[in-house]
Amino acid sequence: MAKRIEAENVTAYYGGFKAIENISLTVEPKTVTALIGPSGCGKSTFLRSINRMHEVLPGARVEGSLTIDDQDIYQRDVDVTAVRRMIGMVFQRPNPFPTMSIFDNVVAGLRLNGVRKKSILEEAAERALRSANLWDEVKDRLGKPGAGLSGGQQQRLCIARTIAVEPQVVLMDEPCSALDPISTLAIEDLMFQLKDKFTIIIVTHNMQQAARVSDRTAFFSIEKTGDPGRLIEYDNTQKIFSNPSVKKTEDYITGRFG
Amino acid sequence: MSATVTTHRQQPPAQPVTLRAKRLPRYVPPALALAAVVVAAAIVYGAGIGGPVLVVVVGALLYLGGLFAAANAVEGRRSARDRTWSALIHSAFVLAVLPLASVVWTLLSKGAERLDGNFFLTSMNNIGARDPEGGAYHAIVGTLQQVGIATLITVPLGILCAIYVVEYGRGKFAFAIRFFVDVMTGIPSIVAGLFVLAFWVLIVSPVFNDGRPGFSGFAAALALSVLMLPTVVRSTEEMLRLVPAPLREGAYALGVPKWKTILRVVLPTALPGIVTGVMLAIARAAGETAPVLLVAGGGAAINFNPFENNQSSLALFVYQQAGDASRYAPARAWTAALTLVALVLILTIAAKLLARRNRLGR
Amino acid sequence: MGESPHRSANAGTGGTNVTESREWPAGASARVAEAPVSTRTPEGPGLGGGGALPRARAFGAERAFRGLTLAAGTAVLVVIAAIAVFLVAKALPALRANTENFWTFEGWFPNDPEPKFGIGALAFGTVLSSVIALLLAVPVALGIALYLSHYAPRRVGTTLGFLIDLLAAVPSVVFGLWGRDYFSGPVADLSAWLNRYFGWIPLFGGDGPFGASILLGALVLAIMVLPIITSLSREVFLQTPTANEEAALALGATRWEMIRTAVLPYGRPGIVAAVMLGLGRALGETIALALTLGITFGISVNLIENGGNTIAANIANAFGEANDTGRGALIASGLVLFAITLIVNITARAIIHRRREFTESAA
Repeated sequence: MAKRIEAENVTAYYGGFKAIENISLTVEPKTVTALIGPSGCGKSTFLRSINRMHEVLPGARVEGSLTIDDQDIYQRDVDVTAVRRMIGMVFQRPNPFPTMSIFDNVVAGLRLNGVRKKSILEEAAERALRSANLWDEVKDRLGKPGAGLSGGQQQRLCIARTIAVEPQVVLMDEPCSALDPISTLAIEDLMFQLKDKFTIIIVTHNMQQAARVSDRTAFFSIEKTGDPGRLIEYDNTQKIFSNPSVKKTEDYITGRFG
Repeated sequence: MSATVTTHRQQPPAQPVTLRAKRLPRYVPPALALAAVVVAAAIVYGAGIGGPVLVVVVGALLYLGGLFAAANAVEGRRSARDRTWSALIHSAFVLAVLPLASVVWTLLSKGAERLDGNFFLTSMNNIGARDPEGGAYHAIVGTLQQVGIATLITVPLGILCAIYVVEYGRGKFAFAIRFFVDVMTGIPSIVAGLFVLAFWVLIVSPVFNDGRPGFSGFAAALALSVLMLPTVVRSTEEMLRLVPAPLREGAYALGVPKWKTILRVVLPTALPGIVTGVMLAIARAAGETAPVLLVAGGGAAINFNPFENNQSSLALFVYQQAGDASRYAPARAWTAALTLVALVLILTIAAKLLARRNRLGR
Repeated sequence: MGESPHRSANAGTGGTNVTESREWPAGASARVAEAPVSTRTPEGPGLGGGGALPRARAFGAERAFRGLTLAAGTAVLVVIAAIAVFLVAKALPALRANTENFWTFEGWFPNDPEPKFGIGALAFGTVLSSVIALLLAVPVALGIALYLSHYAPRRVGTTLGFLIDLLAAVPSVVFGLWGRDYFSGPVADLSAWLNRYFGWIPLFGGDGPFGASILLGALVLAIMVLPIITSLSREVFLQTPTANEEAALALGATRWEMIRTAVLPYGRPGIVAAVMLGLGRALGETIALALTLGITFGISVNLIENGGNTIAANIANAFGEANDTGRGALIASGLVLFAITLIVNITARAIIHRRREFTESAA
């Protein structure tokens, strides 16, 4: 159920500002791909353009082509909601719906898709929570508000909510940046398990994290503030971190810049 | 884990195989709208049950129904709901704009009729039913004095009260103050008027007044104070709570005593927000008619002394002219209403502009 | 009677709601209040040296200032108490002089040698007109608020939102004047039409004349509270965390589904507060109704025939000719009005607090 993603010359704008330019890369199914680079280099913008969340912001638009198993998601007659159902997203800060219980949070996506039957929802919720390694912690308080959990639990709840609709790709936008080291470890373990089923793309500022969890790494950078972000190097993680072919990547990885 | 997944493989939601969706062609909604109006006109005029207004209403309902059906058939239920709600929300907007625009238009066009120097420079003293002149000078004086006095009473009292609640108050007493300020926000303006009537006009002031009830501008100011006080307390309270703790702690760490910290650090930081709250309270008080009607007594002549004899106010003037039989009265009422709205809006706009520059606000 | 929409919807009903939980933590100021530093004075020879710390002064500026604020706080309580005491003191003699049942008698003749007056019809008219006004205004107001916050282009939304805020500040006497002079005609036509085709429903029965009716009063009230409710609920909708809206969209929600999953539940306490503030306004509204209703003193569900009355409008109308007992009777009716608005406010707060568990942690 995981799918291959091919980006070709993707350029994204915020109004008149060009945030990324001519990004081309291919993500293989059932892998974890890390997007790294200095702040403002457009990794999050690129990530958000993969499930068309970029255009939610007023004035934002995307050019170029992004195909998922040979379907261009930016074609005119494509249903945006179908794209987002196929490509789930986990955000930087845990964002469970504050007015909903843990259970309601997990099944929110299913309910949107018209699933009403209690037994199906319950099974799906358990499955998603188990996959997110959260089931044992919350199984006795599914009716309590999701916002009452700890930060790490909330983020795993959000992951459960995302995978409950069984997407094929999961995008993660710095999912651990608001979490403590132990919760971060839990999420990293989780990514390792999830890669059996999903294609995962993760934006991270933490290079150890990129090195630990990802199979492939893409390094983004900008010349100077105001310039669009570009893809500098894209290769196997091991290669990027041991023997990068571009000088700039090496500088960044060794901490000489960024 | 993967085993669990496979056993439930037949479960929904089925992921879409294709991302493409059928969409209603662009021309469909306008075409539907046109058809709805035509059908509505046929029904309404055919049955002879109404005029153009009914055609629009029936047409709108038909359009909503038709849009839902069409979208449901082509795009599916979710998209149909989305479209229908979107149409409903847009029509709510149109529906509300009509009467509100009518109010504004009437106010401007009717209010302009008597917008002359005479209106602002004369009172209604010795103006009979057949006199086209007469103005609101006395009412403007009354409004300014009453609102001014009310502000002088409310602002120090309200701000000090809020400081007590936020900075010093603890336990049941502060809670009681907060609770009763909340209760006070719910007092209808006419009840505030009745209170001042019972308390000041009928019981206290007759003592200084040879036993006659003392209707006066000051009584109106008291009533307006009762209405303004909770607003001022609450907005000040909220602004004080927004002052960042490090600011106070910094002052305490320098050994500045608490009262000085409050006066020199906390209040100045919160000031723009407090001023905004006060101005909005003033704007609201200036527009109040009911309490003034009960305790100021009205009156046609100019009275600069708010403590003695009847006084009018702009809002009261509008109400009295509205009830006047003279054929010149409506024009006076509308012009006074326009003046009042201008006054209130200037205060409101100024308050909002100030709020926008507020460092503490959002 | 909070008027400033930027303070969100809790103005009218008081009470903690969503907004407060996102403000500065209340604990911050409390902690500061307990700081012992407050009683120390920095001056004196001990400063910077190794000498003993100066002792706290028993009477000083600190005490005086604290006493001043305490006095202000007490004054507010005194005002509240005074309102209750004086209103009751003036109302009781009139109620004693009443020769009919205050709750059930349909009529208002307190100035007669044998005073007869009853609140029933007035209270009924007050509640009826306000409820109809709210039923008409709330859906439209929420629709506009959603339009301004989530459908209109941002610049349009901001501009129109500002205009709505201004309309919310327009004094009620203006709406009353407009309703009487320009809106009664169309409403009379509508009433005649309703009477002709739906006359079999008691609400729209009767033989006329139509126009100065509960329907007109309720419509004017609705138009008057519309900007107030819109302005407050727009603020509430705008405060929905973007993160939650994006979460809904990322799950594949349409715009309406996003509003239903993220915006409406989050804003519910605020909406309730806004509606209750509008209801409070409508219940207490005096002048707009005094100008538009055709005064009668009976309980009737007929909405379109001339007539109808409310407590507040009756006070404004009957005040001029009232003698001492008459004033007492009006004050008694004012107490009933206050009780009604109080019940509304307390109910609102109960509704807001009921789901507190879920809104408290909304950060």
